[in-house]
Amino acid sequence: MAKKPGDDTQRIDQPTGTAFVGHEWDGIEELNTPLPRWWLWTFYLTIIWALAYVIMYPAWPLVDSATKGMLGWTSRGQLAAEMQAADVKRAPLVNALAAIPVEQLVADQKLYQGAVAGGAAAFKVHCVQCHGSGAIGSKGYPNLNDDDWLWGGDIAAIHYTLTHGIRNPDHPETRVSAMPAFDGVLTPSEIASVVGHVQSLSGKAKPNAKGAELFATNCASCHGADGKGLREFGAPNLADGIWLYGGDKATLTETVKYSRQGVMPRWNDKLDAATIKMLAAYVYSLGGGEATPAAAAPAAAPATMEAKAANGQP
Amino acid sequence: MANLDDLIGADNPLYEKRKGVYPKSVDGFFRRFKWAIMAVTLAIYYVTPWIRWDRGPHAPDQAVLVDLANRRFYMFNIEIWPHEFYYVAGLLVMAGIGLFLVTSAVGRAWCGYACPQTVWTDLFQHVDRFVDGDRNAQIRLEKAPWGPEKIFKRLAKWSIYLFIAFWTGGAWIMYFADAPTLTVDFWTGQAAPVAYATVGVLTATTFIFGGFMREQVCVYMCPWPRIQTAMMDEKSLIVTYREWRGEPRGSVKKAETQPGAFGDCIDCNQCVAVCPTGIDIREGPQIGCITCALCIDACDSVMEQIGRPRGLIDYLTLDDVATEKAGGTAHPTLKTLFRPRTLVYFGIWCLIGLAMLFTLGQRTRLDLTVQHDRNPLYVQLSDGSIRNNYTVKVRNMETRQREVELVVKGLPGAVAWTSTGTRETATDRVKVSVAPDTVQKVRLFVVAPTEGSARTDFEIQAVALTGNERGDSDSVRFERPETGQ
Ligand code: SF4
Ligand code: SF4
Repeated sequence: MAKKPGDDTQRIDQPTGTAFVGHEWDGIEELNTPLPRWWLWTFYLTIIWALAYVIMYPAWPLVDSATKGMLGWTSRGQLAAEMQAADVKRAPLVNALAAIPVEQLVADQKLYQGAVAGGAAAFKVHCVQCHGSGAIGSKGYPNLNDDDWLWGGDIAAIHYTLTHGIRNPDHPETRVSAMPAFDGVLTPSEIASVVGHVQSLSGKAKPNAKGAELFATNCASCHGADGKGLREFGAPNLADGIWLYGGDKATLTETVKYSRQGVMPRWNDKLDAATIKMLAAYVYSLGGGEATPAAAAPAAAPATMEAKAANGQP
Repeated sequence: MANLDDLIGADNPLYEKRKGVYPKSVDGFFRRFKWAIMAVTLAIYYVTPWIRWDRGPHAPDQAVLVDLANRRFYMFNIEIWPHEFYYVAGLLVMAGIGLFLVTSAVGRAWCGYACPQTVWTDLFQHVDRFVDGDRNAQIRLEKAPWGPEKIFKRLAKWSIYLFIAFWTGGAWIMYFADAPTLTVDFWTGQAAPVAYATVGVLTATTFIFGGFMREQVCVYMCPWPRIQTAMMDEKSLIVTYREWRGEPRGSVKKAETQPGAFGDCIDCNQCVAVCPTGIDIREGPQIGCITCALCIDACDSVMEQIGRPRGLIDYLTLDDVATEKAGGTAHPTLKTLFRPRTLVYFGIWCLIGLAMLFTLGQRTRLDLTVQHDRNPLYVQLSDGSIRNNYTVKVRNMETRQREVELVVKGLPGAVAWTSTGTRETATDRVKVSVAPDTVQKVRLFVVAPTEGSARTDFEIQAVALTGNERGDSDSVRFERPETGQ
């Protein structure tokens, strides 16, 4: 490519006083404006750098792997190291969470805020599949932002629900209640009357005496005479504006006929205690949480409930 | 394939070995001006971090400090928070426009006097003269074979380079931490690794760029000369050779024997000898010229010696060169400086500066930003009322703990509480306590009756209960289900 000296490389371009290189394309000639030599050395340095890089790090793809490189670096290894570093960083929070009873968590604002942040992350991994990314729920999956709680909305109650789940048949401490299916127990017209009565509780329908009577004998033992529900049995408040499955006639008829048996996994099998506390803090922080009752004993409830459930009848 | 020698060899010079530049010392108006600017800029650079400024117990008492760890920027009594970064952006814009202004008025004057590369190159050239002697001695020493004297002088020179370079790198980190503390930490091995790394990198770059690369940086590495050619026009004052007056060149003796046949340039090459970038200005304006005007000083003293008028090389616009060539007289300097283009740049520059000063005077030391949570947009509560959630950030920019009340205004029947309370404790005003110099993030739950339009704009105000300063407010929206169902 480069022509040897002796030809027109000695020719000088008059206006600039620069020599020609000897290349010509379509009448345009190239002038020799030399680059500085350190530029060239810098270029060689980059080549050496690249070679060193290829030797030091995994570089060449082979059939089912790649060259290993001399430093033993792998992206998996780096990830593992970073995860470990993250665990170390998390350790103080995790330890502090392990030490504190969940009822006292809210009082320790700093720890609580840390737990909420951790819980928000854990929620996005484990809970959004059912409760949605904003914890807003959907039909059959409660909205955790609101103030309607089947099993209690103080942080200890939330923590218990998270730990033991709802209706885990193989787990003795789980929260259990069973609403009977009234298909066959009540006639369709009786069911329609009960539905009417339930709707009247929240002002959606006119009261009817027959429904009220049927409600008193069949439903009041769990939902209360006024339909306001009973936390002990996880029986929903039927007199408010929030419906887990829907408050329209068709849905309510279906609920009374076949009953509802929503489940939630117990997380003590899958998550460590600190993460569950974080989740409890996060759910509590969503704004629907209730103050912890002074002498609440949430752990005492399941036994009685299970007894009821075992009877099959409320 | 060409061998290595072919590529870098002398007889096929695709690549050029750096030609040594040994600028001769010179005296004159511009040289003294350059001394003054060098003294001022270096003094500012080295001394600024050591100026103390009392800000009370909660803030550092360093006058100029970029506190990266706490994300604050202190400059005398101005304190910039990260959310006010637009002030820094504004300063950068002003610096850019300032460069346009200077360049369109007086060419590469920034390059010639104030650019760090120029200032340190100049400093290092003085070191050269101090150790090796002036131009001729430097050239002689460079050509001389390595011997005890040369080795000694080179080691001495490079040691001084290294000392200056280290000092430069060391001064830089002082802007990022308390200078006296950092100095002690640095020498006792307690400083952060990044401090040592920064000093190392800056020492190396100063040593290489100031000591060895010099004009190569200005000509090959710096993008500014390329942009500058677009910023300058034929009305910009640049260092120009009065060709019509100088050519043809001839010695004083020749001019005496043949009067009228020669111009004023006696081809003494003084202008080339003093040039820090090693160019010959008599070849016309060129990219290597940094407009330092040392050649003006050199030529003026030559002209004085031989009794000819000064100004053979001069600050002159290309327009004026043409005018003079045609027999006219050049514009007065003031008139070339104040022309529409420079005035427009100056106007924009001032506007940005004034706008920044104005907002600086207007800003509050209690700042509120409210964000409406979008997921969920609203929550229906069991009693039928609607709750919206907001993430409120209260910035207390004072150096004391402050009690701030968040007040819900303009939303009928609304009450609010934060994550430390429950709905039972809710009122239309919530108290939060904000630590000095911090941002407090608060989740605010606002409940209002279902009745009302789907979207209501209302205000959340931050009222300072301690401190006598006015508060801040933010307008937000309350969302309800469309049908009220
Ligand atoms: S030609 Fe003159 S003004 Fe330009 S860099 Fe050289 S000495 Fe400075
Ligand atoms: S210093 Fe002045 S007189 Fe001497 S060569 Fe340069 S332009 Fe000519």
